[in-house]
Amino acid sequence: MVTAATSYGRSGVADWIAQRVSGIILLAYFLFIGYVLLSGVDYASWKALFAQTWVKIFSLMAVLSLAAHAWIGLWSVLTDYLTERMMGTTGNVLRLVLQVLIGITLFVYVVWTVQILWGY
Amino acid sequence: MLQVSIYRYNPESDDKPYMQDFQLDTGGKDIMVLDVLEQLKAQDTTISYRRSCREGVCGSDGLNMNGKNGLACITPLSATVKNNKLVIRPLPGLPVIRDLVVDMGMFYSQYEKVQPYLQNDTPAPAIERLQSPEDRAKLDGLYECILCACCSTSCPSFWWNPDRFIGPAGLLQSYRFLADSRDTVTEERLAKLDDPFSVFRCHGIQNCVNVCPKGLNPTRAIGHIRNMLVARAT
Ligand code: SF4
Ligand code: SF4
Ligand code: FES
Repeated sequence: MVTAATSYGRSGVADWIAQRVSGIILLAYFLFIGYVLLSGVDYASWKALFAQTWVKIFSLMAVLSLAAHAWIGLWSVLTDYLTERMMGTTGNVLRLVLQVLIGITLFVYVVWTVQILWGY
Repeated sequence: MLQVSIYRYNPESDDKPYMQDFQLDTGGKDIMVLDVLEQLKAQDTTISYRRSCREGVCGSDGLNMNGKNGLACITPLSATVKNNKLVIRPLPGLPVIRDLVVDMGMFYSQYEKVQPYLQNDTPAPAIERLQSPEDRAKLDGLYECILCACCSTSCPSFWWNPDRFIGPAGLLQSYRFLADSRDTVTEERLAKLDDPFSVFRCHGIQNCVNVCPKGLNPTRAIGHIRNMLVARAT
């Protein structure tokens, strides 16, 4: 059976709200980056931009939102198609393996982002 | 001649389902799909399907006609036949018992989950529980559902998780009691819906609205439930 144990907030409302909030943060971040790129950047101004603490925090928020958003979204997809009802035990095993892979990937992205933002 | 193709399956004699083709002379008349089935059944008495009222009231003849769910008794050929061809299948996503007859067990157990009856613990008044015309009006577009299952069986979220997602029909009835001013267990009802599946598997693609033979709008009702759940949580 599919349980909610591996969902994000364990409750439908929590997942739903997290999905909306993370979506808004991501939208704001991409608009911001888009605006910066369109108004023309070179190496120096790009470096100066990311030297500011608020840009680092905004970027970190965006990548955390991305991780949450992707986790909730992919969890919904996996629990639609890869379930015990559809494929027997294989469904559960396959879903769990993919969830672990997704979790590791997202974790790596977050750590990598922190490294980039605060490492240079 | 109308070309009719009907889904046939008798688990006692067939290994797997197959489509059987028929030709029918409708005399150029715009009859209902149910009339077509009745005439074909006169030719081949083994064709099985459910029907009762033949006027869109009982909800027993929900079928998939040329790819779209609806009630056979109130679907005229002109509304569904293209290129002189009519393909009739059982409602999708539910186990087939025989031919066009499906096992509605999963559909009903989701309906049962929403406790589709009025609950009120306060002492009953001498005559009846009154409701203002405004409060009564809130139930319009909700109480008319005939549980034909056309909506839930057209919903992909219900196909994938019929055991956990309540589905449009059940949720429409859930909201019918959430919206009722005489019902006093709103909080208990909402608490039971706050998991990632029961309500939140709805992704708002409105297949349900598209097929409801009663012109009801389950998506809107689901939106109301979601707002109530969010308001309750924040
Ligand atoms: S909402 Fe409409 S389609 Fe769904 S069960 Fe009720 S009457 Fe049938
Ligand atoms: S709007 Fe929701 S309930 Fe209706 S078909 Fe789409 S997912 Fe299903
Ligand atoms: S036979 Fe009753 S709704 Fe069609």
